[in-house]
Amino acid sequence: MNKISVIIKREYITRVRKKSFIIMTILAPILMAAIVILPTVIMMNEDGGDLKKIAVIEDNSDLFKGTIKNTKEAEFIYLENVKVEELKKSFATAGYYGILYISPEIVNTPNAIQLISKQQPPIGLLQHIENSLKKEIEKQKLLTFKISNLDEIMKTIETNVSVQTIKIDDSGEVKETSTGIAMALAYILGFLMYMLVFIFGSQVMRGVIEEKTSRVVEVIISSVKPVQLMMGKIVGIALVGLTQFLIWIFLTMSIVTVLKTTILQKTGITEISQSIPQNVMGADQKTDAAVQTATVSPELAEFSKLFDSAMNQPWGLIILSFIFYFITGYLLYASVFAAIGSAVDNETETQQFMLPVTIPIIVGLMVAMGTMQNPESSLSFWCSLIPLTSPIVMMARIPFGVPYWEIAVSMALMLVTFIGFVWMAAKIYRTGILMYGKKTSWKEMWKWLRYSG
Amino acid sequence: MALFEAKNVTKQYGSKLALDNVSISVPEQCIYGLLGPNGAGKTTLIRIINQITGPDSGELLLNGNKLMPDDVQYIGYLPEERGLYKKMKVGEQALYFAQLKGLSKAEAMKRLKYWFKKLDILDWWGKKVEELSKGMQQKVQFIITVLHEPKLIIFDEPFTGFDPLNTNIIKKEILFLRERGATIIFSTHNMESVEELCDNITLIDNAKTLLEGSVHEIRSKWAANEYDLVFDGDVNIEGNGHYNILKQHVENNKSIIRLKTTSDINTNDILQTVMRSGSITSFNPALPSMNEIFIRVVENRN
Repeated sequence: MNKISVIIKREYITRVRKKSFIIMTILAPILMAAIVILPTVIMMNEDGGDLKKIAVIEDNSDLFKGTIKNTKEAEFIYLENVKVEELKKSFATAGYYGILYISPEIVNTPNAIQLISKQQPPIGLLQHIENSLKKEIEKQKLLTFKISNLDEIMKTIETNVSVQTIKIDDSGEVKETSTGIAMALAYILGFLMYMLVFIFGSQVMRGVIEEKTSRVVEVIISSVKPVQLMMGKIVGIALVGLTQFLIWIFLTMSIVTVLKTTILQKTGITEISQSIPQNVMGADQKTDAAVQTATVSPELAEFSKLFDSAMNQPWGLIILSFIFYFITGYLLYASVFAAIGSAVDNETETQQFMLPVTIPIIVGLMVAMGTMQNPESSLSFWCSLIPLTSPIVMMARIPFGVPYWEIAVSMALMLVTFIGFVWMAAKIYRTGILMYGKKTSWKEMWKWLRYSG
Repeated sequence: MALFEAKNVTKQYGSKLALDNVSISVPEQCIYGLLGPNGAGKTTLIRIINQITGPDSGELLLNGNKLMPDDVQYIGYLPEERGLYKKMKVGEQALYFAQLKGLSKAEAMKRLKYWFKKLDILDWWGKKVEELSKGMQQKVQFIITVLHEPKLIIFDEPFTGFDPLNTNIIKKEILFLRERGATIIFSTHNMESVEELCDNITLIDNAKTLLEGSVHEIRSKWAANEYDLVFDGDVNIEGNGHYNILKQHVENNKSIIRLKTTSDINTNDILQTVMRSGSITSFNPALPSMNEIFIRVVENRN
């Protein structure tokens, strides 16, 4: 036992001190933070961008005069008695961003509208124009039916739709959930599991090959049992992985928080979070707070709804099963990777053995991604029970709710398979690390399985 | 009493027989040579002694007791293929292996400083292994092997990669270790070092023991009644009914002659006959080198 801890310590310390580890550990959170922050920064820049003046021209009619409302980004200026061809040459110098040209055939042919500009117009602007015109055209068409009180009817039928999803568990308890949150969680959990198993599993393999080719292994196993060396390496690398992930999570969150509070102070985003306490704390601050909350309240409601449904996730179950599947899944694959590493003389030879091992992992990841779309599919169900794919797929299914018996069966199968695989891998490893020069085949490995100590 | 014994050890890998009923008995404080051509089964036997693999049948005894997994702390092993972590620093690495052998960190540190000073590599403590010359790496590996003061030390080709100067240093250290009480099993192809260092040997070929015993006895046995004679000046002698002349030549004004007796004539009678031809400066039984014996034994077999 004491010797295993010496091995674990060496595996851990030599890896954590490597330059590549330190660089990756620091760089990745910066990248992650950039991915989180960048969209908001871009949004902010757009907000602060110039107001786009757009000239609106119609041929021989004034049907759409005032139809398109001005927005924060764009101002629509209706020009009469101007020819498109003339303006095309001079609109840029006249200070316009572009020309919106509406031809008379608009009611019948949808392509009769042109937005002429020097740059690619933003998608938001196009949608705004399309929506405004569509509504107006529909209204004009309705008018031709000569319905009385049309305006009133239109007002009363105007509705906003937002589907609320509610999950009922077996005890009849109602929980408000968000499919978005469940999908995000499923994605994160499935992918995290995939990364952990794959990246650190193949690190185990590389470590074994290093020891074999440098012949260190013979010195070591004259002091400790091969299984001790294998398990020490696997555990040591698992700890490296966990260290890196914890640092990543911590650093990413710190960077995001710092950036949000410094860079984004001026924008509306902080107002939302500021208005939360004001909203809760109550009535005596009505004057200012009321104004602020009034402007952001729909977004705020959406935000707190998301927050609630995130909290409604079965976190205890998620964390416990994540730990279970991580330990068993990682140990299973890492020991197989160790066995492969022991059977070859260099890394290029690993390929023939890698393929059958990577296939279940990749299939697991792909099914997990499909699970986000349809968590109840029979493919997801079976893959979350079959031990080689279950760590990834089951983790992706859990946020959508899985009956306990399925989890229990999946875990039991996993446990049995895991023990079997580690046992077989240890036997192959024990023989493999001392075999040099011969090209190993599957048949050969099968023979090693049956060698006695 | 034998410190280490292997009795009737057999090991099979698939269809290949690596050791066939091999026995060795290594007396205490002896340097025991394990000889044999490549692929004879030496490495398999060494791995079995180190408990890296187990025998299919046979018995292993250390100090008269059955060899147990915990006994690895009494055994030191220098494998033929030297192996160190290339990217690891020399001192840290030596500490790591010492701890794997069960030494405490403080004790390991103390002994390492002693040995590093003794072999003059203390300056390299903080360097990575890949920065060291091959000879230097060998020294580090040698220290790792003997650091935990094992009772039984196994050296597999200990002199490869050393220049003559360092070979001598290591030879001295091996003799020093024996003096301090260690028993040494020594596997090599270098027959000169066998003559120089080994007390006993076993010669294995094709998984079987071909020759066993003390070096001196074996050489005397294979001497086959040959004698070396040296005369002053140019002397020519001829064979008779009792002996044949195998070869003779003159070198530095000395005649060097080898003869082989063909009857039970004793050495005094030979001397009496040949001394009439000139003045003898030396007369010795001609012991064959271990090299000759090795080649003859292995070739006879085939």
